[in-house]
Amino acid sequence: MQSNTVVALKDIVVDFDGQTILSGLSLDIHDKEFVTLLGPSGCGKTTSLRVIGGFLEPKSGSVFFDGRDITRVPPYKRQVNTVFQKYALFPHLNVYENVAFGLRLKKTPDAEVRRRVGEMLELVGLKGFERRSTVTLSGGQQQRVAIARALVNHPRVLLLDEPLGALDLKLRKEMQIELKRIQQSLNITFVYVTHDQEEALTMSDTVVVMSGGYIQQIGTPQDIYNEPVNSFVARFIGESNILDGVMLRDFQVEFAGQTFSCVDKGFSPREIVQVVVRPEDVRIVPAIQGQLTGVVETVIFKGVHYEMRIRQAGSEWIVHSTQASQVGELVGMCIGPDDIHIMRAQKEGAL
Amino acid sequence: MIKNKSLASPYIVWSVVFTAVPLAIVIYFAFTDKNGAFTLKNIMDIGQYTSVFVRSIVLAVIATAVCLVLAFPLSFMLSRMRASRQSMMLMLIMLPMWMNFLLRTYAWMTLLERNGLINRFLGLFGIGPFNLINTSGAVVLGMVYNYLPYMILPLYTIMTKIDPSVIEAAQDLGAGNLRVVTKVLIPLSMDGITTGITMVFVPSISTFIISRMLGGGSNLLIGDLIELQFLGNSYNYNLGSAMSLMLMVIVLLCMSFTTADSEEMEAMV
Repeated sequence: MQSNTVVALKDIVVDFDGQTILSGLSLDIHDKEFVTLLGPSGCGKTTSLRVIGGFLEPKSGSVFFDGRDITRVPPYKRQVNTVFQKYALFPHLNVYENVAFGLRLKKTPDAEVRRRVGEMLELVGLKGFERRSTVTLSGGQQQRVAIARALVNHPRVLLLDEPLGALDLKLRKEMQIELKRIQQSLNITFVYVTHDQEEALTMSDTVVVMSGGYIQQIGTPQDIYNEPVNSFVARFIGESNILDGVMLRDFQVEFAGQTFSCVDKGFSPREIVQVVVRPEDVRIVPAIQGQLTGVVETVIFKGVHYEMRIRQAGSEWIVHSTQASQVGELVGMCIGPDDIHIMRAQKEGAL
Repeated sequence: MIKNKSLASPYIVWSVVFTAVPLAIVIYFAFTDKNGAFTLKNIMDIGQYTSVFVRSIVLAVIATAVCLVLAFPLSFMLSRMRASRQSMMLMLIMLPMWMNFLLRTYAWMTLLERNGLINRFLGLFGIGPFNLINTSGAVVLGMVYNYLPYMILPLYTIMTKIDPSVIEAAQDLGAGNLRVVTKVLIPLSMDGITTGITMVFVPSISTFIISRMLGGGSNLLIGDLIELQFLGNSYNYNLGSAMSLMLMVIVLLCMSFTTADSEEMEAMV
């Protein structure tokens, strides 16, 4: 265990009605880190969060906080606070009293409650809303109250369960930046659960990609995007072309019927691998200059770029390009060595 | 388009004929003597029965309190069960209500009697027999037994609307079980609590069957007293009307306390 680990999950197993949700999950969360648990619904990300929060007791395994076993400690005694998916504000209390709830339970003197609640409402941009009833607030405002209500207790770790899921796209983008700013200014650990890969890449220091109750990959957003360890991660994070290939020798790989130079090494001779090429890394060139050639099947305008589907021999490629080709046109495709990422064949499952 | 007001007309006719007119008659009798002359004597005479009024209020308050204490945790448990379980449990709670009210109360008589089932069972161990029937305790028991479902239903209905994540949020912010109940559950169930109290307190304070069957002669309640004025030996419907009026005033007063209480509670927390 690293010295600055604040929360550690060790071999956590969770069952629901005989269905395994988490199968021996272990994860270290470091101090002051923005960690995102990312995965499709049912992957166990929310369950992991609930185990950290204390709302769910694992069937086996342990939860450590600052090296102390807190597996059996009830939620109200844990130094973590949660921002719930549907905000879960107290409908019978106004904005001020919602935020003050935790402080009042700890019998904080009134003057301090006033000061800290005021600070928090300022931090989340809700100054002047103190006396408002929470039911009259918009979704974004309710979420800010929920964040303030959790943060006012100065938790060491803040857990956020898909907090932006109910907001519209524009507001979501604003809140992403806002949350990152809050995390940096308070200098505390955020554990963030989402199924939105873009959200995860935007905000996180560390992304934990989960699927089927297992962790698939842990890394920085750049690692996860550029060096996915398996086809699940490659498919889940952004779009990608995944092809079967054979590693001929170090720095040389064969796929799509051609030999390419690459930057990967350390595979056994003629090892079967999977090759990941991001759509934006394929360069469209005149057919005669291409390493591969294919026929353009569809062209869709996406704003910044065109998304094209190109049929090449047996496979279909997704290519992003700022210049549109004609449907039915024969084009060439080039891929640089840096843009080819090699994965060992099918590592999906336990890690 | 039908005007909304006209939809209420059947009910308005109903309530005029069966509520407003009888109420007017009661008020008329309460303030007149046998010859139809205005008098306050009936109202003054109620003073002689203060002890009956006090007993009625005390027993009804106790019964209501017991119902609340029993129903609150039960309703919460019910509201957190799986939906299929909930309907089955509700059925079981409603089941006694399918039986005739008199029959249910009569059944308690045979259980509580001096040589009833309970005393005979205790007798097997050489305990007793106890004076169970014809006590104020038996009257409260009868009230709780008969009116408990009326407390459970409104509480359960309002508690099913409480989002479980609100409870988790309270725990997350440092509330132990007791604080979750006082700071979140009770305030959020307030409407159900007020309705439940009304639905138990009103029939309890005005009952006459339960007190007659389980209370014997020594536990006369307002209801019995009023019944005596109309059907019994004392036959004085002017006094009976005055008593009915007084009962209504008491009920209204008590109700205004509970609603004021709930608003105060909400303001407090």
